[in-house]
Amino acid sequence: MSDYSSENGGPAPVIEIRDLTKTYLMGQTEVHALRGVSLTICEGEYVAIVGASGSGKSTLMNMIGLLDRSTSGSYRIRGEEVSRLSRNRMADLRNREIGFVFQSFNLLARTSARRQVQLPLFYAGVSERQSARRAVEALQRVGLGDRVDHRPDELSGGQQQRVAIARALVNNPSLLLADEPTGALDSRTGEELLALFDDLHRQGMTLVVVTHDDHVAHRAERIVTLRDGVILSDEPVRERASSTPIANRANALAAGDGQPV
Amino acid sequence: MKVLRYFAVALDSIRANKLRSSLTMLGIIIGVAAVLTTMGIGSGAAASITEQIESQGTNLLSVSPTGGSSTLTMGDAEALSDRSLHPALLTVVPEYTASATLTNGSSESQTQVVGVLPAYAPVRNLEAAAGRFFSEEETEANLRVVVLGGTVAADLFAVAAEALNQQVRINGEPFQVVGVLKESGSAGFGGPDSRAFVPIGVAQGRLFNAPRYRGDYTITAMSIQADGTRMEEAERQTELTLRLRHRLGPNDDNDFSIFNQASLLELAGEVTATLTVFLGSIGAISLLVGGIGIMNIMLVSVTERTREIGLRKAVGAHDRDILLQFLIESLVLATIGGLIGMGISFGLAFAVGRIPNFPFSVIIEPQALLMALGVSSASGFIFGIYPAMRATRLDPIEALRFE
Repeated sequence: MSDYSSENGGPAPVIEIRDLTKTYLMGQTEVHALRGVSLTICEGEYVAIVGASGSGKSTLMNMIGLLDRSTSGSYRIRGEEVSRLSRNRMADLRNREIGFVFQSFNLLARTSARRQVQLPLFYAGVSERQSARRAVEALQRVGLGDRVDHRPDELSGGQQQRVAIARALVNNPSLLLADEPTGALDSRTGEELLALFDDLHRQGMTLVVVTHDDHVAHRAERIVTLRDGVILSDEPVRERASSTPIANRANALAAGDGQPV
Repeated sequence: MKVLRYFAVALDSIRANKLRSSLTMLGIIIGVAAVLTTMGIGSGAAASITEQIESQGTNLLSVSPTGGSSTLTMGDAEALSDRSLHPALLTVVPEYTASATLTNGSSESQTQVVGVLPAYAPVRNLEAAAGRFFSEEETEANLRVVVLGGTVAADLFAVAAEALNQQVRINGEPFQVVGVLKESGSAGFGGPDSRAFVPIGVAQGRLFNAPRYRGDYTITAMSIQADGTRMEEAERQTELTLRLRHRLGPNDDNDFSIFNQASLLELAGEVTATLTVFLGSIGAISLLVGGIGIMNIMLVSVTERTREIGLRKAVGAHDRDILLQFLIESLVLATIGGLIGMGISFGLAFAVGRIPNFPFSVIIEPQALLMALGVSSASGFIFGIYPAMRATRLDPIEALRFE
């Protein structure tokens, strides 16, 4: 059986993780941040990864985001095994396959929204003219079509996070990976942001949100809970905090994933 | 192609952080301005000294007596004037110089009075501002005529030009002023401005009563205009004749010395070259300090921009991209700093040129400009390597977490 095509014609897996472990050396002691995690996330899924601090969720996010290497196990993104890739190849995959959204936005100071969004395209080698056009499109997609020339200090927190999302989307990644995306926002703006995620989900974007906030987690259609470096539970959300088409969830379930390990 | 776009990134970053960028450039700006201005002063001084020496003619030999009493005589000068024996010598002018008091009414001036022949004027490139140099006839007849240097004329007469045809007294003897010389500008010792010229017979005779040597009037110096292409030959011929006439044996030292303007020029050239290197190296040290300043602030900037670097790596920057970004940024900063420094040095050169009576101008040579720009860019590049490598080595996870 091929690991990355579905037998039953459901959505193809974007991420396939098998028996992933990560061991850090802190001084003389070994810290087992991940002790064998297996997880498959399919196209169009909206997954929340939750867990207390020290549960390994940040480590797992770094793995999924190709920011760190595993100690053992296999990680495929769109079928490509990434555990042993070179630094440059990992950077290329981050550029092409993953859109990052951070708690603290991580925008460049004194740089216009359009320039921020162009950044991934710059490293992808897209020509200036084309990248400017695509950046404006991405900003329109997150509702900031009228703010393309504004700099971070001229934008509200919610708008800044939208710029970061536009930046994450601009290179058409396979996966939007958000780390506590509402952590730095007030509740109303956080709500708007979650609504934007719902929209993206409806448009078919694969979303992975790492959070410790139950309310945020329950906007997803599937919650993966980690504790002590292993997956404690992996189950669909029965009552979603906001209404989204049931079909997506059904599709995801039909793919045969989402079962507790 | 992509490398070109890093320059745009660097310019964006410099523009976005104006204060930090200007502080980074400051060291280079000061360094380049210092190098160019000091080297400009060196070049200007060199040009001014060379010009002064050349204005007296580079084909000039000066013979002066050494030792206690002069053994150089009018006869020596006459002998050297024989062109069939000394083909490399064009004109020989004997001089007898002594100090005297010049007076015009109540105005008084202590002056070197030089007894010469009329040929002295063309040999020494002297030009009259008013009147003329004295003539052969006046010299033959031992007439009491005098030509005043510009400064002397100004000392004795309210308006230098009014001195013409007036009488001045030299040690009490009345002399008629037949000419006033143009100011040569080469003030200081030995210049013609502060001297007065009379026929040599007058000076040696009743004015100063020059000592005699073997029955012949002694002289204090000789100016010889030689064939500029045969200077060594001219020197040799002069030395040989004088040794013979002074009956010096093979083991005797010369009782005179021959002074060559060309060798003076060479010496001056060496001195000013040394001066320029000295001043230039002081400037180069300040450029080095400026380069280290760039490194310091780039290192601070790398730390300050840790999150930016982490973000750039997260969205797909390769190590090389980060390396090039920071390297080009410090290169661009140093080059802009170098250009600003150049502008400032031109401003300083212009300002110095406006100072009245400043003895020379500041000359900024094109090769000094190229060198300063090259060195500042190179220091930006070299001192940018370490901070850029620090930026490159940052781990994106750590970088993104950095507060």
